Amino acid sequence: MDELLRPFEFEFFRNGLIVATLAGALCGMVGVYVVLKGMSYIGHGLSHAIFGGFAASALLGVNFVLGAGVWGVASALMINGVTRRRVIGADAAIGVITTASFALGLALFAIFGRRGRSFDAALFGSILGVSIADVLAIGAVTLLVGVLVFFGYRQLLFTTFDPEVAEASGVRTARVDALLMLVLAAAILATMQVLGVTLIAATLVIPATVARMLTSSFSRMLILATAIGAFTGFVGMNLSYHLDVQSGPTIVLVGATIFAAVFVVSGARARYRLAAIIIPPT
Amino acid sequence: MTSIGISLIRLERITCSYGGEPVLVNVDLDVTGDQFTGVVGPSGSGKTTLLRVLLGSNRPIAGSVHRSRGVRVGYVPQVETVNWSFPVTVGECVRMANTRGRRLPWANRNELREAEQVLDRLGIAELAGRHIRDLSGGQQQRMFIARALLGRPQLLLMDEPTSGVDVHTRHEILHLLADLHDDGLAVILTTHDLNGIASHLPHLVCLNTEVIGHGPPAAVLTPPILERTFGAKMEVLEHAGMPIVIDNFTHPHNVVPFRKHA
Repeated sequence: MDELLRPFEFEFFRNGLIVATLAGALCGMVGVYVVLKGMSYIGHGLSHAIFGGFAASALLGVNFVLGAGVWGVASALMINGVTRRRVIGADAAIGVITTASFALGLALFAIFGRRGRSFDAALFGSILGVSIADVLAIGAVTLLVGVLVFFGYRQLLFTTFDPEVAEASGVRTARVDALLMLVLAAAILATMQVLGVTLIAATLVIPATVARMLTSSFSRMLILATAIGAFTGFVGMNLSYHLDVQSGPTIVLVGATIFAAVFVVSGARARYRLAAIIIPPT
Repeated sequence: MTSIGISLIRLERITCSYGGEPVLVNVDLDVTGDQFTGVVGPSGSGKTTLLRVLLGSNRPIAGSVHRSRGVRVGYVPQVETVNWSFPVTVGECVRMANTRGRRLPWANRNELREAEQVLDRLGIAELAGRHIRDLSGGQQQRMFIARALLGRPQLLLMDEPTSGVDVHTRHEILHLLADLHDDGLAVILTTHDLNGIASHLPHLVCLNTEVIGHGPPAAVLTPPILERTFGAKMEVLEHAGMPIVIDNFTHPHNVVPFRKHA
């Protein structure tokens, strides 16, 4: 028991644990909309795109949150604009925008060397260096997103399920979609330090997918995904310390284990529900 | 629903395009409060686009749309476009349309009662707690009609309401729509089904990018209009005073090239 509680003696671990738990809850909540709208690829791409902003802000000595944030918001709005316009395939456009941004980040680091925040931490996540400011930042983002989801629940649900009728019923779906992209960018930005850009997509997708197997009600799915995300972050961070493995991979592996267990235990009917996620609506 | 005979929406020479060839050209249509109209035409003829223009979700590139002040329009989408695995129950789906006014996620007592009344009127009140995938074809249509009715529409637009349903369900939907129309609701639906649906409706619009003809079935379901609409020769017989359309497909050379007649 003492061994289990020992990491709590360290401030960096306590900070990391709070951030991982909040990050898990945040990604779980946002992930419900991401997977039901068939946007999993956007989540994956956007996290890579933000890496470009991370590299640029590190080299220019600009505040990380500001630099990567502006970059992330610009990428999110660009992806949203391309997706809504439907001139070229959304997946192709996302592939170009996000991988180019990721490649730019790698190139900048290769040319100018690694400065500022840890390169490996940005890619794979680390709890080292998680400050109280990071804790407050992710707390604020989680609270803000929670409030937006709470008061925008009806509009978000209608737009996610039936955008055309929602628009005709007076919901400003373009605004709701843009808001969702901004929320996604904020969630990725806030969780990048602990989870790493290469693994954030999993924390968006896994809790929502597990929750979908457990319920057929949207409101319950939202609550369950948030709880599963928080649980995954909490357990993953503890395991990360004891196994001496980076936090990002550990959290994702905990999520994957929960997914596998629920998939095996929950039966054929629950697996059938996954059709909503595996085959996104066209 | 007290808009009998009054013009709800008037389309004047509207043209629509999704970037390439126009899908609708110079279409005129006056939708009145007592209308019960079927829009018939082949795939790609612009039927769904016409509904979207009436709904207000598609802006024409030319022409004008005149809406009477405060007109309320309900829309029932094609069931093939619905993600039936989406995690919502019938009750949640119907109440989804309540996005104005109340900001809290959960429905209040009034909303619950109103939704229950509409579901009850459509005979599916006992299904409110079921997942939407667990409904039959007729029940799916009723659920979306319930969602539309919750907004107290004067005009109900339905995109292919009988696509892929059996004869019994088709009759069920037609009777339901007739009842709603009798209660004062204007209805416009699209359909491919000339004999099962179109010939039973009081008014038809034949569409193939442009309006080829409109009027009662006996005046519109004629070989020349059908040939121009569908690009194929068809014969029309009469049974119990109703037109019955028969494909005149005997040889591939008999098929008239699509749109050549338009």
